[in-house]
Amino acid sequence: MSVKVLIPTPLQKLTHDQPTIDCDGANIAELLESLEQNCPGIKARICDEQGQLRRFVNFYVNSEDIRFLEGVNTPLQDGDEVSIIPAIAGG
Amino acid sequence: MPTLSFKDRVVSVALTRARELGFTTVSCASTGNLANSTAAIAAYAGLDCCVFIPSDLEAGKVLGTLIYGPTVMSVQGNYDQVNRLCSEVANTHGWGFVNINLRPYYSEGSKTLGYEVIEQLGWQLPDHVVAPLASGSLFTKIYKGFREFVEVGLVDDKPVRFSGAQAEGCSPIAQAFKEGRDFISPVKPNTVAKSLAIGNPADGVYAVDLARKTNGNIESVTDAEIIDAIKLLAETEGIFTETAGGTTIATLKKLVEAGKIDPDETTVVYITGNGLKTQEAVQGYIGEPLTIEPKLDSFERALERSRTLDRLEWQQVLV
Repeated sequence: MSVKVLIPTPLQKLTHDQPTIDCDGANIAELLESLEQNCPGIKARICDEQGQLRRFVNFYVNSEDIRFLEGVNTPLQDGDEVSIIPAIAGG
Repeated sequence: MPTLSFKDRVVSVALTRARELGFTTVSCASTGNLANSTAAIAAYAGLDCCVFIPSDLEAGKVLGTLIYGPTVMSVQGNYDQVNRLCSEVANTHGWGFVNINLRPYYSEGSKTLGYEVIEQLGWQLPDHVVAPLASGSLFTKIYKGFREFVEVGLVDDKPVRFSGAQAEGCSPIAQAFKEGRDFISPVKPNTVAKSLAIGNPADGVYAVDLARKTNGNIESVTDAEIIDAIKLLAETEGIFTETAGGTTIATLKKLVEAGKIDPDETTVVYITGNGLKTQEAVQGYIGEPLTIEPKLDSFERALERSRTLDRLEWQQVLV
């Protein structure tokens, strides 16, 4: 299975300037590991030392914030789109 | 303010910087007021403009954007969805988004709300500030404006309490404050105060922190309280505010009634937008004119009615 991940500009240095990356994973936690294997160093930017998602990083699965779903346990299906957005916008 | 809200302050800073940085197209994710201002100032600055708004906005805010001739994307979703979409667009198009990639400049514009209050108080700080909270940016930048004037010696330092106002239908910051949390749990907005309807506020934690460290409060009020407060401000001060100002006045009332604002405190309440923008909010709550014939006796009968009937009943009674 494959999930399309949208990478925000500040993290595109770690993806060789690719704005999207195809990853595997049955849920967000697994996707993070897959992302780290493809783009070493990216997990440390997204997660804190305890492995928890940083609070200023928002994850969306098919446009829905994962905090309204099951957080890092939110299941993923083939063809899903995951968007990573730093929480610096709005107002 | 040319487009009738405080957003002209922030956008003028953001678009000045956008031009210096060489952007030719500017954009924003907006609950309405920001779109009005971005479109207007982009027109004046000769910049191309494409703004994004939720599709359920008040008619006045949509018209007040279209008139300046930008491209307007009316997104079928709430503000947080608009914001996410714009963050994705900002990744792929080389546009200057006033509240995304230009946000550091944009937010500095709110400091003028602090500067001007100091000046209007005769070069003194107030004791207490009550301001609306959407993203939390304005609230924290008023504080920054105060601190800058203290640091350069334009005003004597003293403690200023900062209290924030939210609508109950979208109160993620008020909830975090009340529950003693240092993080924001996002919500799905449902309130008449659309200009404050940000369920995932970027500066929410900073607003909570500021209210706590200054011994202030963050309260939320119902839609009914917001509408009553819009009327109260109009009838007592002659100021017609949009729903954000109604939220702030309703919060002021709640804090005073709870004894959380001392009557002796010099308290400044920030009214950030004009009521003509959100007419739908008060439609049906303010009565109708008395329709009369162009005759003296018709006027006299109508005047009698106006003195004996409640305003809201006028339209149901033939004069």
